[in-house]
Amino acid sequence: MKKKSNHFDMVIIGGGVIGCAIARELSKYKVNVAVLEKEDDVGWGISCRNSGVVHAGFNNKSGTLMAQFCVEGNKSFAKLCRQLDLPYKKIGKLVVAKKKEEIKGLQKLKQQGDANGVDNLQIIDLNEVKRLEPNIEGIAALYSPETAITSPYLLTIALAENALDNGVSFSLNTEVKNITRLSNSHFRIKTNKREFTSSYVINSAGLYSDYIARMAGIKKYRLYPCRGEYHILDKNVSWLINHLVYPVPQVGAGGLGIHLTPTIDGNILIGPSNEYIKRKDNLSVTSSVMKMLSAEAREFLPLISPVYIIRSYSGLRAKQAPSSEGGFWDFVIEESDIVDNFINLIGIESPGLTAAQPIAKRVVEIINKKERLNSNPNFNPFKKSILRFEEQDEETKKALIKQDPNYGEIVCRCEKITKKEILEAANNPLGARSLISIKYRTRSMMGRCQGGYCLTRIIEILREYFDLNPQEIILKGDNSYLLTGYRSNEVSKPCKKKKLLSSEEELLV
Amino acid sequence: MQEKEVIIIGGGAAGLAAAVACKQKGIEDILIIERGDYLGGILQQCIHDGFGLEKFHTSLAGPEYAQRYVDQVVDKKIPFLLNSLVVSLTLQKEVIVINYRGLQHYRAKVIILAMGCRERTRGAISIPGARPSGIYTAGVAQELINLKNYMVGEKIVVLGSGDIGLIMARRLTLEGAEVITVAEKLPYSSGLPRNINQCLYDFNIPLLLSHTIVDIEGNGRLSGVTIAQLGERGGIIPGSKRKIACDTLLLSVGLIPENELSREAGVVLDNITGGPQVDERGQTNIPGIFACGNVLQVHDIVDNVSLEAEYIVEGVTEYLEGKLIKEREIKVELGEGLRYVVPQTLCRLKDTIFSFRVNHPGEKKILIFEDGKKVIKKKFLRRVNPAEMVRVKLSSSEIEEVKTLKVKLV
Repeated sequence: MKKKSNHFDMVIIGGGVIGCAIARELSKYKVNVAVLEKEDDVGWGISCRNSGVVHAGFNNKSGTLMAQFCVEGNKSFAKLCRQLDLPYKKIGKLVVAKKKEEIKGLQKLKQQGDANGVDNLQIIDLNEVKRLEPNIEGIAALYSPETAITSPYLLTIALAENALDNGVSFSLNTEVKNITRLSNSHFRIKTNKREFTSSYVINSAGLYSDYIARMAGIKKYRLYPCRGEYHILDKNVSWLINHLVYPVPQVGAGGLGIHLTPTIDGNILIGPSNEYIKRKDNLSVTSSVMKMLSAEAREFLPLISPVYIIRSYSGLRAKQAPSSEGGFWDFVIEESDIVDNFINLIGIESPGLTAAQPIAKRVVEIINKKERLNSNPNFNPFKKSILRFEEQDEETKKALIKQDPNYGEIVCRCEKITKKEILEAANNPLGARSLISIKYRTRSMMGRCQGGYCLTRIIEILREYFDLNPQEIILKGDNSYLLTGYRSNEVSKPCKKKKLLSSEEELLV
Repeated sequence: MQEKEVIIIGGGAAGLAAAVACKQKGIEDILIIERGDYLGGILQQCIHDGFGLEKFHTSLAGPEYAQRYVDQVVDKKIPFLLNSLVVSLTLQKEVIVINYRGLQHYRAKVIILAMGCRERTRGAISIPGARPSGIYTAGVAQELINLKNYMVGEKIVVLGSGDIGLIMARRLTLEGAEVITVAEKLPYSSGLPRNINQCLYDFNIPLLLSHTIVDIEGNGRLSGVTIAQLGERGGIIPGSKRKIACDTLLLSVGLIPENELSREAGVVLDNITGGPQVDERGQTNIPGIFACGNVLQVHDIVDNVSLEAEYIVEGVTEYLEGKLIKEREIKVELGEGLRYVVPQTLCRLKDTIFSFRVNHPGEKKILIFEDGKKVIKKKFLRRVNPAEMVRVKLSSSEIEEVKTLKVKLV
């Protein structure tokens, strides 16, 4: 397999967690791979709106790919996080029964989990529930110690950046418009930017993978957007729960019920709701669901109050099951039966994040059956994340500031993010510089003041260090400019002020 | 570990006034710790006038008002740190500061909390809709425009009639933007009457009372909001929804005292004010930790911030001299008509200034202080407004004998 200009052995369409995991998995072999992503950064579709739960695998019907890959993914997740220097905490999960009738549901779940190969599941009684979760109302629970949490956006970014380190090309802001087949059987992929050709196409376009498949003449898939809204609670109430707390799932539901998720960063998420909607880009939050989320969460956790909410947002699931049917249909990971070398990933919803690595391995298996992929001896599975100043001990902090004074300026006071971290995030190898890209990489603007303190500072850093024009400061994607006027269109060089520290130095007011 | 007599956290209006007052009282060993580039805090972005009417009997712009204190701090050689963030405060009054030089530890005999407040955000009030760019809190827009010379939008809707929102409605108009409307959820404005007149009516900006935003649209940048009228019980009046095309939404929906450090140190907070519970000289439940300015209660006029800071310094000096003895502990009870009172407790037999906010606007009201059935003091108020803080002084002779104290507005 030889590389020509714009020709790749494999083109992956869609840079979500699945596309990025496949890219990294393929970078273990000597192949030329490109990822085409329509947004300005990876993970902006379904992936970044995920709860961040590393599921154990008892929710999924035995014998499905969902069950198999979830269990496999769960068991190898800690290792993946070690390799990519990602946060990971095995905090465990409780599925809580509130009424006697629901206990049967717990037993069913446990049986299913045991059959799927989930370790250490146990049904616990009221006393044990109270011991583990003093603030939670319930009469019994299924306790799953293997369930863990991670950061969904850091995972997607790390998979992408590690793939990039290992030779994968990323083409952001590249939307696929048309796919045809050339006489030499290569695919020709037209985009809003340039044309690509490839021997294989891997369609991991998330909610739009039915649409991409149709471009290649594969008409059998259809995906429905199913919205889930969330509330995020202030970190200062993180003490409310210790584990993931879920209700007993209702038969036929397309979600896992409104649950409480401690995030890796110390917030609690309430959600997600489960609502089929018409448009694949409608990420609104609605007042009726916002009220419902608070009410349902209070059923479990009476101490929750709306004043703890710092933000509400929503994400979309890629559902194969139409709303009339509901429930979960199994992942589709297959080469098209009518278009050779076109691999579709359809309906990768929960537990897709957990299963990302096994799914990626399955894709490689499919290709390996047709080609003999040679392993890449230079593959480096490791990647360093941006060092989190706040998580270091005092001596390290002192040393860091000495080494680089930018560690001595806290830009985001809620999350205590330093200027150095902002600079590293804005300097990411994918070249994503929108505010959301910096937010996902650092947690700046994610705290209780929601950017009230740091937004202006981050804008100034982007202007000063990256020579961005004011109109190039964007929140997220096309047309999301922040500023409408400025003194001059030229890149202004802000005068480099000496940062003053004390009264012995000249006053700067 | 460096020892200090007084550490003031925050170099804004409250911190500067407290520092100057400490120095005037003969306290030498003071340190102001400021996280920003300069002293003066939020005043530096408030370039409109109207500051100083009470304190200096003249109308000053925010930076001018700040400069009067900055000059004194410099003249009196009061030490301060800039670009320095306090990241930890303990019960033992130990402080950790981060700046370019590294991590420094201080311990002080007295800590004065003067961290000010932050703005309530969209998330905190759960506005439905999309999350495009172009949604700013009023203070952030003020900072971008007045300090950084950027314009934030062209067609603007303001939600909330807090003072910063009103000031920004005028400011944006002067900068050439079209401010379509200011929508306020309550049936009355939460800003000062003078700001309603000078910032809205003088510029023909309509104020829509009992209105709120029920939807936000925009792919990328904000493209419009839907407003609706609220009925007496707060529900949306059917048929009152209407879309407004705009590219910017400014939120002026309240301020929250910044008490993350106070909470970490174990300072007990008041659920209503969001600030520490204090005695008559601003001392919190932790001896030697005092609070003043917007970190204690959100003020509407900066002059009162300065006065409050000067006032609590009396307590600071007495504490340092070992004269601040708790003579009693009377909880100030809140009666009808009032939202909160500061101080929350009385510990000494001193002249005391009480600050209140009322629940609803009203006319010809009487503020009554009582000890059981005995009326201690009555004060007639011609007009009351939740936007305006009421301050009333009781002399030591008036409160010397009281066993309990209750205040109400009738």
